[in-house]
Amino acid sequence: MFGLVPASILSFPQIHASFLALAESPLARLGALDIAVIVIYFAMVIWIGFYLKGQSNTSEEFFMAGREMTAWIAGLSFVSANLGSLELMGWAGSAYQYGILATNWYWIGAIPAMVFLGLVMMPFYYVSKTHSVPGYLDLRFGGEARTVAAVAFALEMILMSGVNMFAMAVVMKVVLGWDINFSIIVSSVAVALYVGLGGLRSAIFNEVLQFVLIWGGALLVPILGLYQAGGWEGMKHNIMVNLHSDSYFHLWRDTGSFTTNPMGVQWTGIVFGLGFVISFGYWTTDFLVVQRVLAAHNLRAARMAPLIGSFFKMAVPFIVILPGLLGLALRDPAMANGIPHLVGQDAVAANPGAGLHSYNEVLPLMMARYLGPGLLGLGITALIAGFMSGMAGNVSAFSTVWTYDIYRPLINKKASDSHYVLVGRWSIFIGVLVSIMAAYLVMRAHGIMDYVQALFSIFVAPLLAAILFGMFWKRATRWGGFLGLFLGIIFSASLFMWVKLNPANLRYVALSDAAKPMAENVFRALWAFIFAAVIIVVVSLVTKPRPVAELDGLVYGATKLPTEEWVPFYKREWFWAAAVGVIFVALNVMVW
Amino acid sequence: MHGSKIAIWFFIGLLLTIYGVMIFGYGIYEAVTGNFPPGVQLTRLHTPLWWGGVLLLLGLVYVIKFRPGRSDK
Repeated sequence: MFGLVPASILSFPQIHASFLALAESPLARLGALDIAVIVIYFAMVIWIGFYLKGQSNTSEEFFMAGREMTAWIAGLSFVSANLGSLELMGWAGSAYQYGILATNWYWIGAIPAMVFLGLVMMPFYYVSKTHSVPGYLDLRFGGEARTVAAVAFALEMILMSGVNMFAMAVVMKVVLGWDINFSIIVSSVAVALYVGLGGLRSAIFNEVLQFVLIWGGALLVPILGLYQAGGWEGMKHNIMVNLHSDSYFHLWRDTGSFTTNPMGVQWTGIVFGLGFVISFGYWTTDFLVVQRVLAAHNLRAARMAPLIGSFFKMAVPFIVILPGLLGLALRDPAMANGIPHLVGQDAVAANPGAGLHSYNEVLPLMMARYLGPGLLGLGITALIAGFMSGMAGNVSAFSTVWTYDIYRPLINKKASDSHYVLVGRWSIFIGVLVSIMAAYLVMRAHGIMDYVQALFSIFVAPLLAAILFGMFWKRATRWGGFLGLFLGIIFSASLFMWVKLNPANLRYVALSDAAKPMAENVFRALWAFIFAAVIIVVVSLVTKPRPVAELDGLVYGATKLPTEEWVPFYKREWFWAAAVGVIFVALNVMVW
Repeated sequence: MHGSKIAIWFFIGLLLTIYGVMIFGYGIYEAVTGNFPPGVQLTRLHTPLWWGGVLLLLGLVYVIKFRPGRSDK
């Protein structure tokens, strides 16, 4: 999840935690009505957990939500699992900093991959009846690749859950003045209760609930902001007056070079690094999101779910990017009734006590500006819900991978179904405990956070190569898949450390002296994917492939897909994929 | 998701209904007393009144449509 979060937000908790003792007055103050809104939300999610406990008795029910989710529920959950609060605040801050370019992470950085998952990849995940992405690797390449993927993924999930917990506590401290320990304990107890009791079904229900809350709580900000700024044209006019540049309204026009746009990125990196490797890696192989679609009740629902999700994903910039742009438009140096001039995290850290606010605070600042009692509580509840569902997604995916891909094949192969459910339930409680420990570890040693957040970007590109070659190339072999994944991770980690130890090396990774840190992830992912792909191809060509008959249900060209029942054209996935494509192209052209 | 089980849409409807009542109720109080929160902008638009109303209506629709025990949900 953090791989799709802007780099600027990642320093937010670290820097703020450094001088929380000096923290000034919080950005917003909650009244009794706001507190009541938040308390009711917590009561609701715990009630849902207790209610669903009775429907989570078998491993299929607990880990896969009984595979009975409709396309709508699976689709909303799929897109909601990625809609965490760090992402909301981070991309709003990035829009304030870089303008509409940040929208690329929602459109080209998500939509093509989501459509590809629904139309092309989902049949293989679904028909193979795998319970996880490492589980697919097990079926296709064997235990070695599965173990590497499972261990890396489980570690990533549990540590990210801790980082998420810590980040939430810091955000609540900065925005509301809440005690850090209070936030960590309340959120972790709530997550442990509702996921531990109700399993994946409970996590999915709460993600759908969170999705509605985010829209209900955050939609007012762009509506009222646009009204105050004089509509879209008024907003553009104000930004031109404030910044004297129209680059902030163009998605592609100024990406011909690293130096001609505020973000310091170039179109090849956006298209191939972000639009292909990072986006496809995240949306098609990250088990955190794929697990939601695997819970669909039939193949058509599983294929439709990412397509339904993609419509909502295309709309998310309205509640994330627009508030950032409106922050620029309504910026008023006199601070009489305008948004204060926001600065980078470094400037905030260098001037404690100066009353400065960072880019990343633009969303809560806009909420405090327009939302009165009750509505502010709803906005804050949306942020809390985003954090909690992020943690819930992490621990539920961890529990499945731990139980199915580590515990069962490596520790206890022949236990009963109820035993595995018990292991899954306990792994959630233990996972939350480890997350709490990770949260406090990050609090004491902030530098660890960089490494935890790098785990996703290191892991994702080699995993994508292994899955794509496994799914679409019959000749790919057991050792090709395993070595491509394993050596690809080592290569990717080495590139990360190379730039970490000497940031000047970024110019080699991104092929330009003008590249900024934002370009690092996309280019590192691109090189790691190419490296892993070369290893897979070379090793596969010199090792013995599996007979084609063994690849039924796993590989394109060796699988006979089940015939789906006839439905009218407007209920078919190809029709909706075409609609997504038309809207996607139209949006990109509109803000070219 | 079917039969005697409670659909997720019912939970969502219930939560929106409760929030709608609270926020719409506050909007009425604000409109009647003219007592607006300090620092909040565009209060003349009476946002809690119409947004609370939207949440309440939406919530009621979902609560009624997906109420437990309804056969065709």
